[in-house]
Amino acid sequence: MQSTHIPQSALAVLAAAAARGSGIDPFSDYLAGPYFCELTRLRPGDGGAAAIVRARIGAIGLDALRARASAAENDLINLGITFTVYSDATAIDRILPFDCIPRILTAAEWRQLEAGVKQRVAALNLFLHDIYHERHITNDGVVPADLVYGNANYRPEMEGFPVRFGTYVHICGTDVVRDEHGNFLVLEDNARTPSGVSYVVENRHLMQRAFPDILAGMRIRPVDDYGRRLLSAMCEIAPVGVEEPQVVLLSPGIYNSAYFEHVFLSREMGVPLVEGADLFVENDRVWMRTTAGKRPVHTIYRRIGDDFLDPTVFRPDSLLGVPGLIGAWRRGNVTLANAVGTGVADDKAIYAYMPRIIKYYLGEDAILPNVQTNICREKDGLAYTLANLDQLVVKPVGESGGYGITIGPRATLAEIEAARVALVADPSNWISQPVISLSVAPTLTEAGIRPRHLDLRPFAVTGRDTWVLPGGLSRVAMKEGSLIVNSSQGGGSKDTWVLEEGEMAP
Amino acid sequence: MKRNTLLARYAESLFWMGRYLERVENLARLIDVTQNFESPGREAESWFAMIRINADEEGFAKGGLPPTADNVKRFYLLDRDNPTGIPASLEAARTNARTLRPLISTEMWMQMNVFHRDMLSIQEDELHGDRLSRLCGRIKEGVQAHTGITEGTFYRDQGWDFYQLGRLIERADQTTRLLDIRYHLLVPGEAAERKLAELTQWGGVLRAVAGYHAFRRVAPPGFEPVDVVGFLLRDTSFPRSVALCVEQIEYHLGQLRSRYGLHGTVAALERVEELRAGLIGRPINTIITDGLHHFLDGVQRDLILLAAEIGTAFFRDWRPLAEGQSQSQSQG
Repeated sequence: MQSTHIPQSALAVLAAAAARGSGIDPFSDYLAGPYFCELTRLRPGDGGAAAIVRARIGAIGLDALRARASAAENDLINLGITFTVYSDATAIDRILPFDCIPRILTAAEWRQLEAGVKQRVAALNLFLHDIYHERHITNDGVVPADLVYGNANYRPEMEGFPVRFGTYVHICGTDVVRDEHGNFLVLEDNARTPSGVSYVVENRHLMQRAFPDILAGMRIRPVDDYGRRLLSAMCEIAPVGVEEPQVVLLSPGIYNSAYFEHVFLSREMGVPLVEGADLFVENDRVWMRTTAGKRPVHTIYRRIGDDFLDPTVFRPDSLLGVPGLIGAWRRGNVTLANAVGTGVADDKAIYAYMPRIIKYYLGEDAILPNVQTNICREKDGLAYTLANLDQLVVKPVGESGGYGITIGPRATLAEIEAARVALVADPSNWISQPVISLSVAPTLTEAGIRPRHLDLRPFAVTGRDTWVLPGGLSRVAMKEGSLIVNSSQGGGSKDTWVLEEGEMAP
Repeated sequence: MKRNTLLARYAESLFWMGRYLERVENLARLIDVTQNFESPGREAESWFAMIRINADEEGFAKGGLPPTADNVKRFYLLDRDNPTGIPASLEAARTNARTLRPLISTEMWMQMNVFHRDMLSIQEDELHGDRLSRLCGRIKEGVQAHTGITEGTFYRDQGWDFYQLGRLIERADQTTRLLDIRYHLLVPGEAAERKLAELTQWGGVLRAVAGYHAFRRVAPPGFEPVDVVGFLLRDTSFPRSVALCVEQIEYHLGQLRSRYGLHGTVAALERVEELRAGLIGRPINTIITDGLHHFLDGVQRDLILLAAEIGTAFFRDWRPLAEGQSQSQSQG
């Protein structure tokens, strides 16, 4: 509900709910602890929104809240708004658990997030252009050359290849967390094929269906413009001279865990969802197979990884891609979004350098800081890390993912000593970070309304310019104390509100 | 507005989604009518007739079970491994719908999901007594809800025509199979007694296709079986008659050609011509004298050829031929 008009029906629902309510405030036993709470911490400029939401949830009462939340989740199953989890050769369609208590961002908070995301996307694109062309940044010694050119995600195929508007990362998801003071910190950039945006829009729809009384009269930024913005960007980046570009979304198909999102995006853009077998390359042009024969394709929003795009260039065993696609692309006859080779920029090894990368290209400080990161290949970083091993999270860089992490405060003495040995043996392989106390938000649990940790992934779309979808995906760790918000590990999500300026309706 | 194009893969999925759902509805109708035909002491024969008219003797034999009434019911209503049964047909329809999610309406997809979940929960005890007929009613209504939602929400571009082609081909095929049920159910007894029993059976066939009352409105006072056969084959006002299906198939092929400029329709239209000629070329009496079963076999063969022509013209292209037919959709 983005209008200021409060529907009478919503008021009636609210009044009825209040009358039914037990009178016990479900927030009465809510304690956020040492963490920053996204709803109960007083923030300037929320226009009273947080207090209204608390009051409305109180009026509905825990029992009704649970019943409605469960009905809403059942709707998600029926609507097939699901992702697929594969285990032991069985596929299970799961919903992303939905928590009905919204997460609220003030207009001022959003201004910082939006500016910070745009700045980061600009820096990532300038960095990618540079490393695939002049290589100033490594020649100037700002980022170590081996980290870039020795990176598994660096693609020599991209060297010297021009992309329109210098945009490599057309769709970017920036993972942001909040520390105990409420400061926003970037945890990770996702510059390959970030997912989750469909849930941002579907969560709002779900909220509107199931909790109109919580939303009534709230002045919040709409989220349903994403498809139109995305399609505009995809048309902008089409090869020069194409009047009415044919955009398609390339998906691995119905068995992919993110298939629902692919469906969502193709529908929101109004373009065909294609699989590799629907496309073919002839004379370095890409065509799709239709009932009327072949039709040209100009922009491909691909939701498959670089490795699988073209079996003649990358993995020869890939059945998902299109033979000859890279050739057509290098000829400038088709545009790929995101560009090939963006993975080098969102790598953990490069992440540590992002504040310097931003400074190098834009002459600005990062609007959204990194989590403080000590680079152990540098003398100071190594010394600090070795001196504070019991306080720090030590992570290997490069390909190893979640392996080899030592969390100082939870490690045994022997584990810390093992980390020390590994660090000294090969400092370049390590970074360290302080343990972040992620912010929490009130979340409906079996025990009542309880604090749960969460993060935020805003989505930026870039063609000629960058646009950021107001809000983003708030992922919630549904287990007490857990910091793991990933959907594959039981994380849920919340509707994320970006407030307009001014007072809310009471 | 953007030019109307349709991926060949989507066209194929629409065609098959339509076919599979029509098959589900007709299987429910067949089961319902078979139960009504059950004559005391001869239940197994009645149910085995269903296996025969679906040409499922081989598939049923694989299970190694005796052809009792219960086993046949299970074969069509519970056995997910039987590719011609209701669970597998509905599964295939839903898989096609899943492929089509970018195209079909949200309401279509949601109903399909709910229907699919309902059908997966069918219990053994619903196969018996008065519950079976109610179960068949629920299945029919599930498909009919799909049909209504599709009629009211699905965008009418060429995809609609492919969807209708699949439904109509399957419907025509199923009506011939239902007619064929008479051939497999020989009634013992004296001539007069037999005639009465036959008429009762024909009444059952008509009820199974919801055509009983319409038939009574147009049938001559002292109607004969030949009139029922004529009605189900040739009455172009009856929604499930073979002739109306053929007429509508021709209409949709014509739409593909004239409205969307698809040129692959020539061979298919020729098949339609042959089908129509076969249907109206001879008096019904002659068809029956020459052998109804043989005639219906011919119609079924022509429908298979028609489906093949549509496949060759519009679907075959998207998949490399070397890979052959898709796993679940190769059956005629």
